[in-house]
Amino acid sequence: MAVEGDRRPGPEVAGRRSKLLAGWGPGGDGRRSVAIALLSTIVFFAIVVFAVTHSPGWPEVRKTFFDWGEFRSSLPEIASAFKLNVKIFCIAEVFILIFALLIAVIRSLPGPVFFPLRALAIAYADFFRGVPTILVIAILGFGAPALQLKHVPTSTTFWGIVALVLIYTAYVSEVYRAGIESVHPSQEAAARSLGLSRAQTLRHVILPQAVRRVIPPLLNDFIGLQKDTALVGILGAVEAFKQSEIDTDATFNYTPYVTAALLFVALTIPLARFTDWLIARDRRRRQSGGVA
Amino acid sequence: MNEALVVDGVHKRFGKLEVLRGIDLEVAEHEVVCLIGASGSGKSTLLRCVNLIEPVSAGRIVVAGEEITARGVDVNRVRRRIGIVFQAFNLFPHMSVLRNVTLSPCAALGQSRSEAEANAIELLERFGLADKRNEYPDRLSGGQQQRVAIVRALAMRPELMLLDEVTSALDPELVAEVLEVIRELAAGGMTMVIATHEMSFAREIANRVCFLDDGVILEQGPPEQIFSSPREPRTQQFLARIVAAGRM
Repeated sequence: MAVEGDRRPGPEVAGRRSKLLAGWGPGGDGRRSVAIALLSTIVFFAIVVFAVTHSPGWPEVRKTFFDWGEFRSSLPEIASAFKLNVKIFCIAEVFILIFALLIAVIRSLPGPVFFPLRALAIAYADFFRGVPTILVIAILGFGAPALQLKHVPTSTTFWGIVALVLIYTAYVSEVYRAGIESVHPSQEAAARSLGLSRAQTLRHVILPQAVRRVIPPLLNDFIGLQKDTALVGILGAVEAFKQSEIDTDATFNYTPYVTAALLFVALTIPLARFTDWLIARDRRRRQSGGVA
Repeated sequence: MNEALVVDGVHKRFGKLEVLRGIDLEVAEHEVVCLIGASGSGKSTLLRCVNLIEPVSAGRIVVAGEEITARGVDVNRVRRRIGIVFQAFNLFPHMSVLRNVTLSPCAALGQSRSEAEANAIELLERFGLADKRNEYPDRLSGGQQQRVAIVRALAMRPELMLLDEVTSALDPELVAEVLEVIRELAAGGMTMVIATHEMSFAREIANRVCFLDDGVILEQGPPEQIFSSPREPRTQQFLARIVAAGRM
C-alpha cells in the first residue's frame, strides 16, 4: 500500500538486500553458498600467509613484530594503560552525545531570528570536521594548559578529552541532523495541529524518531572515537599507544604495538557486530511492519 | 444562529501561485459542511489555513467569535480547539495507539497521565479500538490507523473538526469503517468541515455542500440541490466526470 509520505524501502530493494545476504543464512540454497564462501576464504588466506611468510624479510619481521615472549611481557602493562583509553572514551562519549544533539537542534531552528545561532553551529561543524584530529589535540593539549586558567585542570588527559569532544561533537551533530531531517514534515504538522508547541513537538515526536534512525551511524562514530583515544598519547598521557611506545623504545622490539592494536580491535569488534545486529533488527522490524 | 467558523475573504498564495482567491464561508454550530471539487481546487489548503498550519495571505478567520488570524494570537491554543485529520493519518509511528492519543492532552493541556488515559480508553472503546491500545501504528490497517487519528484529534475535545480527504488513502474495503466514525460524530452534533471525494457520503451527511473551483467557492447549497440540479456549468462538468468515473 503506497501512502503519501511512506519512505520504507520497496519490495525490490528488500529483495536485492536479502539476496546479497543469502550466503550467510542456513537454508537449502544457502548451504552451497556457505561452502563456497568457506573454501574461497581458506584459499585466499593460504595465499596471503604463504606470500608473507616466504617473503625475504619475514624472519626479521616475525622477530620484531610477532614475538610471543615480548607479547606476554608487554600485555599486562599495556592492558592497564588501555583502561585510560576506555575512560577517555566513556567520558568523551557522554558529552559528545549531549553537545552534538544541542548543535543539531540549533541548526534545525527555523526563522531569521535564529540566524546567528545557526551560522555559529554551521561554522563550528565545518571547522572541527576540517581540522585533523591530531592537530586539535596537539594545539589544545600543549596550548591550553599554558594559559594557566584558574579552576581549569591542566592535565593532558583533560585537554585530550576536550579536543576529542570538540571534534566528535561536530561529526555526531551531522549524524543527528540527518536523522532530524529524515523525519517527514507531516509528522511535525500532525503534532503542531494537536496544539503541541515547537519544543514539545521536537521532544516528543521529532527527536525520538530521529535518534532511533541514526543509532547505527552513531555507533559507527563511537568506534572511530575508541580508536582516536590513542591520539591523546601524543600529549604524554600514558594510554595504550604511549605505553607500547615506551616498551618499544626500551627493547627495540615492535611487538608491543601489535599488543596495543589487538586490544583496540578486541574492544571495537563487539561494537561493530552489535551495530550490524541493530541495523538488521531495524530492517526486519520495518519489513514485518510493512506487511501489516 | 451561532457561527462556529467564519472565513472572510481569505486568500492564500504560495509564491506566485494563488491557491485561495477569496474564500467566504460560514459554518454554524453543529453544522456539517462538505467541500467538494477537483484536486488542486484549494480544499486542503483551506482546511490547513483554518488550523493555522498555513498562514493566510489575506482575509480573516473567526472561530467561535475569536479572530484566530489576528496578530499575536497563540497558535497552539487555537489549534487545541480545532481538530484536523489528514489523508495520510500521520500517526506517530514510535508510540503505541494509547500514547498517540494521550500525548497531546498530557503535553498541551496538562492533563495527568491517568486522566488522559482514562479519556483515551473511553474514546477508543466508543470507536471499537480499545483492544488495539497497545499496538503500534504499523501493525494496524489503514482504516484502523485513520480511526485512531480521529480519536487522537477528539481527545483534545475540539469545538470544530476538519477532515482532509480522510478516506482517500484507504483501500476501498476500509472506507466504510472510517465513514461510520464520521457519521457518529455528526450524530453527536460535532461541527465539521469535510473535504472529500466521496460524493454519496457527502450527499448523505452534509447539511451543506460547497463546490470549490480554482480557489473560490463557486456554488454552495443543500446536498440535494448541488448534486441534483447544480446551477454552475463548472459544477455540472465536475459532477458529470465523477458520475462517468463511477464514483457516484
